[in-house]
Amino acid sequence: MASSEDDGTVEEKENNNKKRTKSAVATAWLTFYNIAMTAGWLVLAMAMMRFYIQKGTHKGLYRSIARTLKFFQTFALVEVGHCAIGIVRTSVIVTGVQVCSRIFMVWFITNSIRQIQSEESVILFLVVWTMTEITRYSYYTFSLLHHLPYFIKWARYNLFIILYPLGVIGELMTIYAALPFVRRSGMYSMRLPNMYNVSFDYYYCLIIVMLSYIPLFPQLYFHMLRQRRRVLHGEVIVEKDD
Amino acid sequence: MWHKSVVFFEVEILDAKTKDKLCFLDKVEPNATIGEIKSMFHKSHPQWYPARQSIRLDPKGKSLKDEDVLQHLPVGTTATFYFRDLGAQISWVTVFLTEYTGPLVIYLMFYFRVPFIYAPKYDFTTSKHWVVHLACMCHSFHYVKRLLETLFVHRFSHGTMPLRNIFKNCTYYWGFAAWMAYYINHPLYTPPIYGEQQIRLALIVFLFCQIGNFSIHVALRNLRPPGSKTRKIPYPTKNPFTWIFLLVSCPNYTYELGSWLGFTLMTQCLPVAFFTLVGFIQMTVWAKGKHRSYLKEFRDYPPLRSPILPFVL
Repeated sequence: MASSEDDGTVEEKENNNKKRTKSAVATAWLTFYNIAMTAGWLVLAMAMMRFYIQKGTHKGLYRSIARTLKFFQTFALVEVGHCAIGIVRTSVIVTGVQVCSRIFMVWFITNSIRQIQSEESVILFLVVWTMTEITRYSYYTFSLLHHLPYFIKWARYNLFIILYPLGVIGELMTIYAALPFVRRSGMYSMRLPNMYNVSFDYYYCLIIVMLSYIPLFPQLYFHMLRQRRRVLHGEVIVEKDD
Repeated sequence: MWHKSVVFFEVEILDAKTKDKLCFLDKVEPNATIGEIKSMFHKSHPQWYPARQSIRLDPKGKSLKDEDVLQHLPVGTTATFYFRDLGAQISWVTVFLTEYTGPLVIYLMFYFRVPFIYAPKYDFTTSKHWVVHLACMCHSFHYVKRLLETLFVHRFSHGTMPLRNIFKNCTYYWGFAAWMAYYINHPLYTPPIYGEQQIRLALIVFLFCQIGNFSIHVALRNLRPPGSKTRKIPYPTKNPFTWIFLLVSCPNYTYELGSWLGFTLMTQCLPVAFFTLVGFIQMTVWAKGKHRSYLKEFRDYPPLRSPILPFVL
């Protein structure tokens, strides 16, 4: 949470104008970005549904949408930039952790370990992510256009209560399923001796990642719950300031 | 015999958040310092020792300094101060001693290959590479130097810091020391690619920067008379290692970076490189902050200086 100390400097008119054009550009970009992302995840959702209706099975579903998923999920990295330069008022760390965990799941688990791509848990988290992202990006889009329908606000701040834990279950089950294949192939691992005098065991790294869900997930979950109370019920929450 | 009429002050201390009246002091000397007022407040609230008190004029304002004198503050004869609890405090000296002793001891445990770290057949053996022995000497020297400086050289402007910092700092120093030491003292350690040349150059860089770092610490100490908290602009002295003050505001960090670059080169170990990088990032943040506060405090601050790297950063 950023707290600003106002030292009372008076802004020049020129600075004010510069600020106004900057924020108009920022708003235009953010609106375009959020519309594009909403569209992208809608496309993903429809592709997934079409595959399942046509083929009747989830086997091969991941491969069919892999490229689209990788594109849109990776592009979400720019959101960290948005927070860093201040055009979005969210913590860089919270956004960073969320985006990185997605990138990790897509590129370092699902994409690189073919044998688990037909697991049901993959479909579980894909469905959860799709629903979450469509709601989230359409919420941002409508907010920027100052035309937010209540049901979108309701969806954004209520669906997560079920979707978030379901998504975590899907992700954890997928990582767990990947473990034996990682161990057998020794992928992304480096053993001694080598000229950099370092070693890395991806298998144990994954176990640590799974364990890290224990402290991290509750923190993000309760952060969302607090946001929900503030937005939906207008509760004034006294934050502990350091 | 002549009369001096003294106007005594009354001081009330309120909680900054709840605005509750916590303490009322009457007959306070006008030349009383905030430090003395903190001691008086401590008497009525023994759980809040002076080091954890933040006294301010405004609930959201900056903390007043211990040296500030009551009658020179913008208050009437009944002064209202706001109190904020800074939480449990620990002295800087304690933190430094703890966080530096850890790496010293931990590295030596890996160096002597204490059991349960490497395979049992290696217990209490020594490495066959002489660079490993050299690295141990350098690493140990570095932390012994830091401990001695903490005890005899540094003059701290703050007495204490929040207690939770010791856990954070020790995790950082002790964790990285263990990670580095594990690989350098590993039975499968690979010595530097360019052999003796690389090690010799690395040692020269390391020693040069250690002396440099020490010279800066001594120069900074001599800027400040014992027991004082004044701040002055540091300038180059007769010691050539301090001439870097012409180009850099915080050369102690510059030399520290150099030392660790030397150690990285000497050991050719990626965890050491990583530690150097993380340390560099943190020191750059500190150097930029210090540089900014120098610029704010001294109007005649030398314009040629950069925070940590000459002309660059």
